[in-house]
Amino acid sequence: MTIAQPHAGWVGRSIRRVEDPTLIAGAGRFTADLPATYRVRFVRSERAAGRISKIHVPDGATAITATDLAGVKPIRPMLHKFDYVPIGQPILARDHVRFVGEPIAAVVAPSDAEAEDIAEAIEVAMEDQAAVIDARTALAAEAPRVHAEVAGNLIVKGAVETPGFADARARADSIVRLELRSRRQNAMPLEPRGGHAAFDAGSGRVTLTCSTQMPHLTRTAITDLLGMPESDLRVVAPDVGGGFGQKMSLATEYVLLVWLARKLRSSVAWHEDRRENLIAAFHSRDQFIEIEGAFDSNGKLLALAADVIANVGAYSCFPTTCAVEPLMAMAELPGPYDVRAYRCAARGVLTNTCPMAPYRGVSRPVITFALERLMDRAALEFGLEPSEIRRRNLIETFPYVSATGLTFDEASYRQTLEMAVAALDLPAFRARQQQARARGRYLGIGFSAFSERTGYGTPAFAARGMEIIPGFETIDLSMGPSGLVEARIGASPHGQGLRTTLAQIIADEIGVPPDRIRVIHGDTDRTPYGFGTFASRSAVIAGGASLLAARKVRSKLIKIASLLLEAAPDDIVLDGGAAKVAGTDRSIAIEALARAAYHQVHRFKGEIEPGIAASATYDPAGTFANACHVAIVEVDPETGQVRIENFIAAEDAGRLINPMIVDGQIQGGIAQGIGNALLEEIVYDQTGNILTTTLADFLPPTAHEIPPIELHHLETVSDASVTRAKGVGEGGAIGAPAAVINAINDALAPFGAEINEIPATPRRIRAAIHAARKPAEQRA
Amino acid sequence: MKPARFEYHAPTSVDEAVQLLGSLAAEDGRILAGGQSLVPTMAFRLAKPGHLIDINAIATLGQIGSKDGALEIGACVRHAAFHRPVVAGPLGQLMSTVVRHIAHYPIRQRGTFCGSLAHADPASEWCLVAVTLGAQMIALSTRGARTIAAEDYFTGIMTTALAEDELLSQVRIPLLAPDTRFGFREFSRRAGDYAIAMALVTFRLDGGTIVEPRVGIGGAEANPRRIPEAEAALVGKPAELTTFRAAAEIAAEVVEPMEDMQADAIYRRDLVRAMTRRALEQAAQ
Repeated sequence: MTIAQPHAGWVGRSIRRVEDPTLIAGAGRFTADLPATYRVRFVRSERAAGRISKIHVPDGATAITATDLAGVKPIRPMLHKFDYVPIGQPILARDHVRFVGEPIAAVVAPSDAEAEDIAEAIEVAMEDQAAVIDARTALAAEAPRVHAEVAGNLIVKGAVETPGFADARARADSIVRLELRSRRQNAMPLEPRGGHAAFDAGSGRVTLTCSTQMPHLTRTAITDLLGMPESDLRVVAPDVGGGFGQKMSLATEYVLLVWLARKLRSSVAWHEDRRENLIAAFHSRDQFIEIEGAFDSNGKLLALAADVIANVGAYSCFPTTCAVEPLMAMAELPGPYDVRAYRCAARGVLTNTCPMAPYRGVSRPVITFALERLMDRAALEFGLEPSEIRRRNLIETFPYVSATGLTFDEASYRQTLEMAVAALDLPAFRARQQQARARGRYLGIGFSAFSERTGYGTPAFAARGMEIIPGFETIDLSMGPSGLVEARIGASPHGQGLRTTLAQIIADEIGVPPDRIRVIHGDTDRTPYGFGTFASRSAVIAGGASLLAARKVRSKLIKIASLLLEAAPDDIVLDGGAAKVAGTDRSIAIEALARAAYHQVHRFKGEIEPGIAASATYDPAGTFANACHVAIVEVDPETGQVRIENFIAAEDAGRLINPMIVDGQIQGGIAQGIGNALLEEIVYDQTGNILTTTLADFLPPTAHEIPPIELHHLETVSDASVTRAKGVGEGGAIGAPAAVINAINDALAPFGAEINEIPATPRRIRAAIHAARKPAEQRA
Repeated sequence: MKPARFEYHAPTSVDEAVQLLGSLAAEDGRILAGGQSLVPTMAFRLAKPGHLIDINAIATLGQIGSKDGALEIGACVRHAAFHRPVVAGPLGQLMSTVVRHIAHYPIRQRGTFCGSLAHADPASEWCLVAVTLGAQMIALSTRGARTIAAEDYFTGIMTTALAEDELLSQVRIPLLAPDTRFGFREFSRRAGDYAIAMALVTFRLDGGTIVEPRVGIGGAEANPRRIPEAEAALVGKPAELTTFRAAAEIAAEVVEPMEDMQADAIYRRDLVRAMTRRALEQAAQ
């Protein structure tokens, strides 16, 4: 393993984010800041399953229903593998409703208040139909079908078994089995979804401004559905108040806004409120996992088996399809461990609930929870420290080709584990834990070691068989006559600080400071086609493209400088805003090179093209970041309340371009992971009515619930990324739930109680203690 | 969600407010004080009052002070007023302890003590204080003023003995004897969340034995109430862990817990037991 060396340039420095002054001063521009002639309110289904018999609209009111949308195609995401059954989602419910919150009608009025009044007055007559809410129930032969064409509600089914699996399993000394449950969650970005569509009578074009993570794909999707030329639609993602995946799937509402703007030849806006977001924006992480590990007598994992059931809700999300959760689980469940024998079945199951979409970590928070619980349970059976069983199983040689065929590039699974163990002083903790138990206080420690697949391009997505294969990113980089640099990117950052990060990469190549580089994103008219920002990809892929384009600009600048300074190109150094001839005092400002490139082209005598511009595309295979998280908790056995005392993450995302931004990503992800582990849960009743419709019921963590987070970094250099940076957007969220739940279980050990469900609410923890009924309780 | 249409009134005197309420009560006229419960409810259109009578401009309703052995709290006194003790002695200390559990700092700047009592959420800390300490509610209407004792005031989840045309103009809480000890413990999912269960206890010690115990439980049943069976288990007993455990066990047994997403009956009883014992231990310290 090679560790990155300190670097003299901009990369590696925690410079302040160029994004922040605007946001802090309240000068950010969000979708809801735009004025609109009409406001839209959606009438949503209050039934989980039913047949619409009549929609009564009050006289004089404007409300669009499915009958108005005859020419509009349903959203029909496609996957060409894994027995995927394609299903359509109408923009407004046509005949049937399939989940509480499904849009039935769109009310158009001059103000939000009027639209709300009309929406309330609209009566939807409906025949109730049988609904199915739970994924395992939905798989039963007699279960109602959510879509007539999907037998057994089984929309996608993956299976893998490595050759020799049964033999490997048979050699085991010990088999450890667990059943785990991850309850449903909502990514809950601070800014809910919202869109504004404005028709321009002069050009006939519509501009859709919306809170999205992927403007280019949003444009492709909507123009396909409406049957309009792609160039007639401009999609703008202005400042976006968080996405976490919820905003990378196409919202039916945006399609309707564009349709309405064209029909009314005007501007229309819809802004989701929190209730609507909790009910009808996408959900995730609703999974059952059965996991089995076959270990030899030394605690070495010989064979791993799992059965994954993912509740994908009533429709399939675009572009990834609803297969994203079960298939990600199947491909990546073995995690950072060296295990050659693997068997997995993963099913995506339709139910009458809000559709599933990717959410930060996509399945990996759940599979990491499952696998890390398995490791801790095995450690308990072998009488090993949790750190020791991991030590015996983590991958240590690279490249490593996994049982599912993934290539793990150079990483530091073992080293980050040791780093975390050293940081927390494990023996001292165990002593403190013993003393605390004697006083009736229950501390626990939980480890979570994991890999985070990041920055993967088209080859990885193609393996899933998706109709739409995201992956590459392109940058158009140019330097104008005044020497200012513009970087136009297809990625679409929404809080990640990517403008700062890319500017640092470019600055080092072309010798100008980051504040002379403007990164332009989130506008299909102004940026090259790209897939947006999700899947921990932008720093790696857009960053890689930036580096490649900046190298081209650099070589052009050197060429011009060499001509103007009459020196050999190899002797030219770009630094501090100037081109210098090495070993001399001769130099020329980069601004002067830029001027020359546009205004004194005659001096080039045809040897150099005018202007300074270069494009580059990067489409890597992907790179695995890694980390080891450790949570130390105290459980109050009388109430089931959990207090996280400390949280440590030893993390390796390769070269850190801006360490402060990386820390922010990890801290934010860990905070979300803690929310997932302890608090957040979307609850439906048995009829499919959703009960968690306000922030009094769905509980994200507040600053009170987030402990101090201690971060340690390793910077392993991997050839898998041209910048040597690995992605880091999801790791915090992936690792934290497992660490917290393992720590709770460690604290509960004296009671013989075990909990394998997230969120581990106080009620569930208390119920686990009741179920165990060990004598320790009386001591509490 | 946006509120339904309503008419807004801003009287400047108590008389004017009472007159308005008298004439508008039939059209679902409602008093607006801090608005921290009513306004969100309106935003969800769970409440659609035809008229809002905003009493914030009535200066006399913002008064707080002690008179005739009681603390008098006007209708517009904010939660934040209790951040520091409002009277000398244990009552002021008790209220400044409890107030820290009410929602969050910004909400406490706006929400009112009397508003909490009029709203009568089962998880309201102030409702628990009122019923445990024997508060009196002063209700004004065009028919005159009447006093409602705490034990007669709460009639169910978010329902009270107040008539639709009555303004809760003041709440009176008897001052506590200087040697009164108190303990308060609350369980909620996150800091500032609604209580799933809470216990407020007071007692005095006479030569090491417990005198005049009060045990109030909130958040567990439709209304907060005193638990006489638990109080009986404390009277004349030494202030020690065994006594407290016994009383807490009784409280957990006699409550009839609500069941909701956060807690089933078994879990709520667990919490009542733990909160009661811990509140008693705190009072004894």
